[in-house]
Amino acid sequence: MTTLSRAETEALIAEVLEVYPEKAKKDRAKHLAVNDHSVEQSKKCITSNRKSLPGVMTIRGCAYAGSKGVVWGPIKDMVHISHGPVGCGQYSRAGRRNYYVGTTGVDSFGTMNFTSDFQEKDIVFGGDKKLSKLIEEVELLFPLARGISVQSECPIGLIGDDIEAVSKKAAAATGKPVIPVRCEGFRGVSQSLGHHIANDAIRDWVLDQRDGQEFAATPYDVAIIGDYNIGGDAWASRILLEEMGLRVVAQWSGDGTLAEMMNTPKVKLNLLHCYRSMNYISRHMEEKYGIPWMEYNFFGPTKIIESLRNIAAFFDDRIKEGAERVIARYQPMVDEITAKYKPRLAGKKVMLYVGGLRPRHVIGAYEDLGMEVIGTGYEFAHNDDYDRTMKEMGDATLLYDDVTGFELEEFVKRLKPDLVGSGIKEKYIFQKMGIPLRQMHSWDYSGPYHGYDGFAIFARDMDIALSNPVWSKLVPPWQQGVVAEAQKAA
Amino acid sequence: MAKLRQCAIYGKGGIGKSTTTQNLVAALAEAGKKVMIVGCDPKADSTRLILHSKAQTTVMHLAAESGSVEDLELEDVLSVGFGGVKCVESGGPEPGVGCAGRGVITAINFLEEEGAYDDALDFVFYDVLGDVVCGGFAMPIRENKAQEIYIVCSGEMMAMYAANNIAKGIVKYANSGGVRLGGLICNSRNTDREDDLIVALAERLGTQMIHFVPRDNVVQHAEIRRMTVIEYDPKAKQADEYRALAQKIIANTKLVIPTPVEMEELEDLLMEFGIMEQEDESIIGKTAAELAAELAA
Repeated sequence: MTTLSRAETEALIAEVLEVYPEKAKKDRAKHLAVNDHSVEQSKKCITSNRKSLPGVMTIRGCAYAGSKGVVWGPIKDMVHISHGPVGCGQYSRAGRRNYYVGTTGVDSFGTMNFTSDFQEKDIVFGGDKKLSKLIEEVELLFPLARGISVQSECPIGLIGDDIEAVSKKAAAATGKPVIPVRCEGFRGVSQSLGHHIANDAIRDWVLDQRDGQEFAATPYDVAIIGDYNIGGDAWASRILLEEMGLRVVAQWSGDGTLAEMMNTPKVKLNLLHCYRSMNYISRHMEEKYGIPWMEYNFFGPTKIIESLRNIAAFFDDRIKEGAERVIARYQPMVDEITAKYKPRLAGKKVMLYVGGLRPRHVIGAYEDLGMEVIGTGYEFAHNDDYDRTMKEMGDATLLYDDVTGFELEEFVKRLKPDLVGSGIKEKYIFQKMGIPLRQMHSWDYSGPYHGYDGFAIFARDMDIALSNPVWSKLVPPWQQGVVAEAQKAA
Repeated sequence: MAKLRQCAIYGKGGIGKSTTTQNLVAALAEAGKKVMIVGCDPKADSTRLILHSKAQTTVMHLAAESGSVEDLELEDVLSVGFGGVKCVESGGPEPGVGCAGRGVITAINFLEEEGAYDDALDFVFYDVLGDVVCGGFAMPIRENKAQEIYIVCSGEMMAMYAANNIAKGIVKYANSGGVRLGGLICNSRNTDREDDLIVALAERLGTQMIHFVPRDNVVQHAEIRRMTVIEYDPKAKQADEYRALAQKIIANTKLVIPTPVEMEELEDLLMEFGIMEQEDESIIGKTAAELAAELAA
C-alpha cells in the first residue's frame, strides 16, 4: 500500500509545481509522474534526458564524469589521463570506490590521478605537445601500464586539439593502445552522453584489437558488463556465475583490464547489469559479433534467483543444474537474513533517487525485506529506463526525473518515507529532517550489495540506518512534554 | 594632462590595418604624442615598421618559455621604437592549434596588471586581427579598454561587408560598455568613386569617413625597409596624408554608436555605385546546362 492514492499523488505533484514560474512549471511537469501500470510506454507519461533548468539544484554530472568517472576509470591496468586543467581529475580521484586487486602505481592505477594540468599557455598554444610528452613520461615511469586513455576536459574541445593524431603517434611509439576520448564536459545534458562516448571509444579503439587471434574458448564464456565493482559488487556477482559453471572472461569495468575488454568479443553471452551506461557496447557486440546480451539483477534473492535461472536458460543442462545448485546452496543464508531483518524492517517505506540502474534494480531487494519503495527517480535516465522502472514500481507510486532539490524535499515531507536512498548531497538534508538516509551511489562506504553476500550487507545496513536509536532522540527533553500535549490535542 | 585615449583598429583581413596603424602612430609620435601599440594578432606583425624588426618577441611566447605569464616583467615584453612609440605584441599560436583569442585576453590582462597603461601615455592603439571572430578578439573593446574604434576599409565589396559586420559587433559592446565608433579610414584601392562610396557608407552607419588615404607606392618602399613613410621619407606627399589622419583623430569628437545596415540596404548602396550588378532572380540555382537549354528554347 502506498501512503497516497493516485488522485492524492497527482494533487501533490500539482501542488509542488505551483511554486515554479510558468515556463519552469511546464517543463518540470513533464518530468514528474504517477506510475500507472496500464501505460505501456513511459514516454506517454514522463520525459527524460533533457537539459536541466538553471536554478533548480540538479545533481547531474557531465560527459567527462560519465566517461572517466564511470566507464573508463575502473579499468585498472591503464593510465587514464584527465586532459585539461587539474581540477576535474583531482576532485574526482578515487571517489567511486571501484575496488580492484593489484599494486597501485605498479600494475594498477585506479586510485591515482594523471593530469596534463593545463596552464594559460597550453590553452593559447594548444596542448598536443604536452600530451605527447606526458604519454612518454607515463611510459617511462609506469612501464607496466597496458595502455592509456585520454579523457578530454572542456578546453580540449574548445581549442580543437588533435588528440586523435597524438594518440595514434604515441600508440605506434609505445606499442600500446592509446585511446582518445572526446568526453568534454559541456557535451550533452548529463553524464549519460559521456557513457555513450566512452562506449564508442571502446568500440573504435579497443574491441576489435584481438579479432582473428587464437582464443581458448569454452561454451560457457560470459562477460559481466556494467558492473563497476563498487565496494566489491562485481566480485560478489562473479562468484555466483562461476559457481553455476560459467567462465567469466571479462568484467566491465570494475576490477577490469584492457585485455579482458579485447577478449569480450569471444564470449557466448554478455550479461548486462547497468543498462544505461553500457547498453551501447552490448548492442554493438550483438550486431558485429552476434553475441546476445541480457539484462540481469543481482540485488536481493528474488531478483538473483530470477536472473540466475534466466542466464542458465541460455546454456545447457549442466549450467541449469548449476544455477539450481547455487540457489539451493544460498537459500539457508537468505532464510537466515530475512528471519533476522524482515521483522525489524517489514512495512517500512523507502524513497529512492539515484543514477544508472539502482532506482529500479534495488526495489526487489527492499521487497525481500518486506519494505516498499513508494517513489523513485533517476538523475540521467532515458525513457527506456523508465519503461523498465514502471513495471517494477507499484501502481500509483511517484516517479521523478532529474528531480530538483525543492521537489525531492517536498515529496519526502509529504510521503513521509521511513528511509531515503540517495547520495551525499541529499544525506544531511534528510537526516536533519529526522529521516534516515543510506547513500545508494557509494553504499555509504559499505558494500558490496550485489549477490547473496551483498544482500546480507544490504539488509544489515538498512537495519543500521532505520534502527539507529538516534531517531528517537530528535525531540530534546525540555520539549518532550510540549510535544506530547500537542499530539494529544491533535 | 589629457586623458589616455584607447583606440582599436579593425577591418577586413589584408586591408592594411597594420600599415595604416603604424604610419598613423608614427605621425602622432612626430606630433609629440606618447603612444603605445598593442598588437592583437598571433602573426605579430603590428609593430615591425616602428621597431625595424621582423617580428617582436610576444607576451605569449615569453610566457610559454618562462612557464607562465606571472613570471614575466613588463620590460621583457615592451620595446620602444621610432618616436618613442612603445610596442607590445600579444602573440599566440601558429595557425591551426590552440586558442589565439585566449592569448589576446591573457596578454591584455597582463599589460593592465603590470601597469603598462601609465599616465604619461596619450594614446594606445590596438591592432586587431581581421574580424571579431570570438570573445578574445573583442577583448580590446570591452569595458575600460578601447573607447574609440576606427574601421579600415576600401571601396571593395568585401571590405564594406566586413565594415558593416564590425559595426554590428560594436553595437553589442556599445550597449554594455562605452565603446564608440570614431570613423572609417578609407585605405584606397583606387576603385571608382571610392571616396564618395565610403562617405555614403559612413553616413548610413551614422559615422564619418575620417580620412581618405590615397594609394602610393612609397608605402611599399618604406615597408620593404621595415619603416613607416613618416620615418623613411618625411617629405613624401603620403607622409602628409598620415599626418592629416593623425590630426583628424586628435581632434575627433564624433564618437557614435553605429547604425549597421541590413544586407539588402548595403547591396542597394553597392548597386547604386555600380560595384554590384542588379540581381537576376530568375537565374539563381540554375546550372549551365539548364541556362543553355532555356536560351535555346
